Amino acid sequence: MKSRHSWTETVLMLLAALGCAATMDPARAWAMEEPRVVIKDFMYMPMSLTVKSGTTVTWVNMDDEPHNVISDSGLFRSGGFDTNETFSYKFGKPGTYHITCSIHPRMVATIVVE
Amino acid sequence: MSDKRPSLSRRDALKCMAYGGAGTLFALSGGVFTPIDLALARTYDAAKEADKLPGRPLFVQISDTHIGFNKEANPDVNGTLTQTIDIVNGMSEQPALIIHTGDITHLSRPAEFDLAQQLLSRLRTTELHTVPGEHDTTDATVTEYFDRFGSASGNKGYYSFDHAGVHFIALVNVLQFKPGGLGTLGDEQLAWVSADLKARSASTPIVVFAHMPLWTIYEPWGWGTGDADQLLAQLRRFGSVTVLNGHIHQIVQKVEGHVTFHTARSTAYPQPIAGQGAGPGPLKVGADLLPKMLGVTSVTVVGHAHSMTLNDTALA
Repeated sequence: MKSRHSWTETVLMLLAALGCAATMDPARAWAMEEPRVVIKDFMYMPMSLTVKSGTTVTWVNMDDEPHNVISDSGLFRSGGFDTNETFSYKFGKPGTYHITCSIHPRMVATIVVE
Repeated sequence: MSDKRPSLSRRDALKCMAYGGAGTLFALSGGVFTPIDLALARTYDAAKEADKLPGRPLFVQISDTHIGFNKEANPDVNGTLTQTIDIVNGMSEQPALIIHTGDITHLSRPAEFDLAQQLLSRLRTTELHTVPGEHDTTDATVTEYFDRFGSASGNKGYYSFDHAGVHFIALVNVLQFKPGGLGTLGDEQLAWVSADLKARSASTPIVVFAHMPLWTIYEPWGWGTGDADQLLAQLRRFGSVTVLNGHIHQIVQKVEGHVTFHTARSTAYPQPIAGQGAGPGPLKVGADLLPKMLGVTSVTVVGHAHSMTLNDTALA
């Protein structure tokens, strides 16, 4: 099947689409590469994130207070990390993962792995 | 016994005074709580002020030292802990023991624990009893605290001991957290408390200490313990119960029957009043105000151990 667009045109269109996504929904744009969850004001943002299996998610702490990231099912547990520090975890198995900060248990979020 | 209770009006008066700030009195069933301000200010001799109190010092409570914290709210937590230790060491009669109600470190890191132990070793009173705070158990393996302080409890974290006729119970409410919820003691620990108290006479003065408040101060920030009611049910038959906590970096207290609840100041940084701001993080205050919001709690005994005086001592 013959493409209606040249190779360069296709790349440009893809780039435009990416740019558009970044403008409209930063979380979604991040999800295309390494998604980041920002911790600010005692909240994980976004509170719900969907990623593909094999994706590494990085949490970055923007608060003056340390936080951690603990999977309720016991799958993983970060150490405490301070302001501007990060923690990353690579999600393998598809499923829904509920996470909590053990220092501030009201902080909860969900990662859905497809 | 009911005839030993302070009258309601007296208790209420004391409770009102408790919110008056420095040098306030707290009622304790069968005794009197007397928070005072000790100061590091040059014009004010904290240790001498503490010595004016009647009775013999039983113990001092240090809390929330957060060694490793280095943010704007207090760039020198080592210094303020050292000042606190100087105040305690300056008391003419030394307390028999020291209680640390947790958050010894900020991030559970080995170097923070090492430094904290090094600083605390300057205390003239060498008997130190600890419980972990949630900041002490954030390491991925939850081993740093227990490697250093676990031997008193066979690595369970909770334990009890007796001193001068007072039964002390150290509890852990920072490990079995419930997502979205409060601190938890857990069934196993509650069963252990029940067995620990079973044979004790109701006239034994009880001091319970744990990191997070054992009553709900502010649920949205996790300032409480979800199953504390089951603990209190076991404590109510005792004539004198003192419940000491940290965690919230400010003094909040209440009296319920024979049970007195009290939270201590931090030696590191203050936290906002419940619900003010985004969350229970460090509160930035002016350099002049900071030492007034940090300090220790000391407990002295007047005559029989039923009469305990509780003194809150600020650094300035």
